[in-house]
Amino acid sequence: MNSDQSAERLPLLRVRDLRTSFNTPEGKITAVNGISFDVEHGETLALVGESGCGKSVSALSILRLVPNPPGVIECGEVIFEGTDLLKLSEREMQLVRGVGIGMIFQEPMSSLNPVLTIGRQITEPLEVHLGLTGAAAEDRAVELLDMVGIADSRRRLADYPHQLSGGQRQRVMIAIALSCDPKLLIADEATTALDVTIQAQILELMKNLTKQLGTALLIITHNLGVVARYADRLNVMYAGKIRESGTAEDVYLKPSHPYTVGLLNSVPRLDRQASERLDPIPGEIPDPSSLPAGCAFHPRCRWSTSKCSLEDPLLERIRNTQMAACFESKSVARATGSILH
Amino acid sequence: MNSIADDPQADRFTSEVSGDSPILSVRNLSVHFPIKRGFIVQREVARVRAVDGISFEIYPGETLGLVGESGSGKTTVAKAVMQLTKANVGSVKFEGQELVGLSTPAMRPIRRKIGMVFQDPYGSLNPRMRAGDIIGEPLKVHRLVKSQENYRSQIASLLSTVGLSPAMSERYPNEFSGGQRQRLGIARAIAAGPSMLILDEAVSALDVSIQAQVLNLLQDLQEHYNLAYLFIAHDLSVVRHISHRVAVMYLGRIVETADSSDMYENPLHPYTQALLSAIPTPNPVHERARERIILRGDLPSPVDPPSGCRFHTRCPIATDLCSEIDPDLRILVSNQQAACLLAPGYSAARGD
Repeated sequence: MNSDQSAERLPLLRVRDLRTSFNTPEGKITAVNGISFDVEHGETLALVGESGCGKSVSALSILRLVPNPPGVIECGEVIFEGTDLLKLSEREMQLVRGVGIGMIFQEPMSSLNPVLTIGRQITEPLEVHLGLTGAAAEDRAVELLDMVGIADSRRRLADYPHQLSGGQRQRVMIAIALSCDPKLLIADEATTALDVTIQAQILELMKNLTKQLGTALLIITHNLGVVARYADRLNVMYAGKIRESGTAEDVYLKPSHPYTVGLLNSVPRLDRQASERLDPIPGEIPDPSSLPAGCAFHPRCRWSTSKCSLEDPLLERIRNTQMAACFESKSVARATGSILH
Repeated sequence: MNSIADDPQADRFTSEVSGDSPILSVRNLSVHFPIKRGFIVQREVARVRAVDGISFEIYPGETLGLVGESGSGKTTVAKAVMQLTKANVGSVKFEGQELVGLSTPAMRPIRRKIGMVFQDPYGSLNPRMRAGDIIGEPLKVHRLVKSQENYRSQIASLLSTVGLSPAMSERYPNEFSGGQRQRLGIARAIAAGPSMLILDEAVSALDVSIQAQVLNLLQDLQEHYNLAYLFIAHDLSVVRHISHRVAVMYLGRIVETADSSDMYENPLHPYTQALLSAIPTPNPVHERARERIILRGDLPSPVDPPSGCRFHTRCPIATDLCSEIDPDLRILVSNQQAACLLAPGYSAARGD
C-alpha cells in the first residue's frame, strides 16, 4: 500500500460518488447511483435498506467484485488507506482483498469450498499473503479458530465445510476474513440466514473481535435492530442512493427522511405494546429499471410535494453529523418527535 | 378496510363452534420420522423426533403464535394438523371432529375450513396459471361456483379484499411483486371461506415495509371474518405483534405458552428469555443498555435430543438435575405455562 502523507488525515475508507450499473435485457439498471460515505479507523458503519436498494452492490463495488459483464462501475472513487482502489490493477486489487479488506457473505456454505478442508482454506491466505507455510501456518490457523470460538480447533482443521453447522461455518468465514489482519471487515447480511440465537452469537463475536483488533466494520443488513445494537453510524439506502445518514442515536430517535420514518414504523417492536397497529409505507418498492422521476421515494411518501416529482434532493446536513436527502426534512424531523417515542 | 366490509360472499365464513370452545384442539401430538438403513430390507435405525408430545388450543378469532428456531418442529405441527404428515400419537380435533386417521376424501371438507399460506409465495403459486384461476381453484374444488358470472365476481371480490385490483386476475404470478404474491396466496387461502388459517412463515421473506402491509391485512381479515390463525414463524417480534397467545417450541416440545404481552414482560423459561434477548430492537439507547443472554453452542439434533430437559446443554442456569429430569409444562402464572424445573414456583405448580 503506498500511503502518501495526506493519508494521515483521510478516513480509512472514503467512497465518493460511486455509481454502478448493470446492463440487462430490460435496459440499464443503476443499482448504486452516486453514493458517498467515509469509514473511520475502528468504527462500525451500517448500510441499511430493503431488497434492491443497492447496499450489497455497494460492497461488491468497493471490492471490485461486481461481475462484468453485466455490471460496470461507471464512476467514483474508493479511497482505501490513501489509494483509489478503482485505479488499481487486478493483481494489486487481489492484495487489497486478502490483506486490507476482509469480507463475509450471507451464505457461508457457498463461500467455502466444499472439497477443501477447513484447515486448507484458512492456511491458503496465510501462505499467499503472509508467506506462512507448514507448521507455522497450521499454528496460526488453530489460533484463528480458537479466536472465533471453535472448540477442539486443531482437530477441526481436517473437517470439511459440510461437517460444520451454519453458525460454525460463519465462524470459519470470520476466521478466514480476519486471518491477515485486515483494517476493514465487510459483513454482507452475514447473519441473516442464521437462527436468532446463533445470529446473536456471531454478531457479538464480530463486534468483540473487531473492537479487540481495531478493525473497522461495515455491516450491510436489512435488519434495523442489528444496526441499532451494533453500529456507531448508519446510511439508509433506497433505490440506489443514501437517503439519510448519521449516528445511530440521531437517525433512530430523530429520523429526518420519510423513508427512515416509514421503515421504523413498519417493524413490529418488542419494546412497544403488542396491540399497536403497524403504520406501513404504502405501495411497492419501485422497479429499479424504471424509477420514479425526481425523488425515487415520492410516490410512497406522505410528505411529498409537487417539487419532489421534478427534482431529486441532495443529502444535506440536518443536525450534528446527521444528513438527509429530502426537501421536507425539517417538517419530517419536527413531526417525528410525535410519531416515534 | 372498506373492501372487506363490502364482500358479498361474507356469509361463506361460518364456523361451527361457539366462542367458548376451541376451534382447534391438539393433544399430546407426536410426529416421529424413521431413519432407515439397509439394502432391500430397510430397518429403522433411529427416529427424528420432530414433534414430541405437544398440546395446544386455538379459539375462534384468536391467533396462536408458534415460534421456534430451525428444527424446532413448528412446520411439522402445521403439516400434522392438516394430516399432510401422519401423527404417531395424539389427537387433532377441529371444530370438535377428530382428524387423526381420517382418509383423504374425508379430509376434503375439512381442508375447505382450514386455509394455508406458505413462506415462498412464488414456489406455492403455479407459474402457468393466471391469478384469477389460482384463487378460483378452491372455489371449483369445493363446488362453490354457481355460474361463470358468479365465479368472476367472487374472484374480483377476493382480489379487492386482499388489496389487489380485480383487473389483475388476468396476470401471471411472475407479473406480481413479492408482497402482491403473498396477497394472492392469502386470497386463495380464504377463497373457500375457512374458519382458520395456518400461516407458515407467511411474512418472513418479505421486506419490512411490505411485511407490515401484509400483517395489517391479516389483522383486518381476522377481525372481519372472525378467523382463527395458527401463525408459525421464527421471528419472535413479528409473532408477538400479531398473536394473542404465543407458544415457544424447542426441539419438538413447547417450552412456554403465554399471552403475548406477558411473554415479553415476564418470560419464565430461560429459552424464551434468551430468544427475547437475542432479538435486537430498533432503538440504540435501549439496545446498548440491555442485558443480553448469549446461548452457548448450536441447536442439538432432534435425532438424539439431550437427556432430561432438552434445553439443558445450552441453558445458562442449568443444574445437574436438569440433565436427569424432563420437565412437563406447568401452569405457573394464570394463562402462562413453562417447562423448566428452575422457573419460580415450578415444583409447587400442577400440570395441564
